[in-house]
Amino acid sequence: MASQPEPVMVIKQRRDAALNALVDGIPYATFLGIRFDRRGDELTAVLPFDQALIGNPLLPAIHGGVTAAFLETTALIELRWAELWSAMESGADVSAAPRSMPKTIDFTIDYLRSGLPRDAYARARVNRSGRRYASVHVEAWQDNRRRLFAQATGHFLMPSQDG
Amino acid sequence: MSDPTDADRLAQRNANTLAFMRELPHAKALGMEVTEAADGRAVTQMDYDPRFIGDPETGVIHGGAVSALMDTCCGAAVMSHPDNPGTTATLDLRIDYMRPAKPGDRITATATVYNMTRTVAFVRAFATDKDTARPVATATGAFTIQGGT
Repeated sequence: MASQPEPVMVIKQRRDAALNALVDGIPYATFLGIRFDRRGDELTAVLPFDQALIGNPLLPAIHGGVTAAFLETTALIELRWAELWSAMESGADVSAAPRSMPKTIDFTIDYLRSGLPRDAYARARVNRSGRRYASVHVEAWQDNRRRLFAQATGHFLMPSQDG
Repeated sequence: MSDPTDADRLAQRNANTLAFMRELPHAKALGMEVTEAADGRAVTQMDYDPRFIGDPETGVIHGGAVSALMDTCCGAAVMSHPDNPGTTATLDLRIDYMRPAKPGDRITATATVYNMTRTVAFVRAFATDKDTARPVATATGAFTIQGGT
């Protein structure tokens, strides 16, 4: 008997459930209002503008700390997502078994222009992911994808595989 | 009535910096307190809050909340520097996370401007929880100097 491919809705539901479980597992991401859009395995973090995110009310501009938190969250979720992907695609329910989060070793943020009082978006790229250490780059923009308002690179300690 | 002295003007400016930093919407949202800001040195504190957790397994606060505290503290230090004629913005900030902050503990950040040019302030900062001997995180950053004539 030839095996039927899984219905697309089943696959989508499994992917979205796994992603939601990751994001909902970080209270600070909820506090800032961060959510994620997904196209296949590509994630885009979205930070809807809110008055409470303002740092300097005179400009007004988004607080540098908000930008830092947004970029770091994007990097962490991308790392976890990349890690879960193959298990998830083989049909495992990964949303039920949360693993430990990677730990940030260092994070360097490059503020290219001030964050405007608008929604912000970010995408992360895992440049290297070893057994113990990972290096991730993140880019964030607002109205124009090519006009980044911040970028960051971080190093992360991966949770031990057998812990 | 005598003219205000330079010391008076500086004291007034430091008071203004403190008042300005207390009104930043996001600093308020995080319950941050700028307790000192004078002569290029600032101290900023933030209480533990379950909403700021990054890893529910351990209850440890999110790195981003510590970054926000560090960034605010560095900004306050720059604004309080006697050679800074106006406001400031972060150019870059690097945070090193030394150890997880103890869940429940208040976090204190201390920032110092260690070099100042006409256009850039170079700042170092560290954060501790109740165990003040071992830093939770350290930061180094470059900040713009704006509003000069």
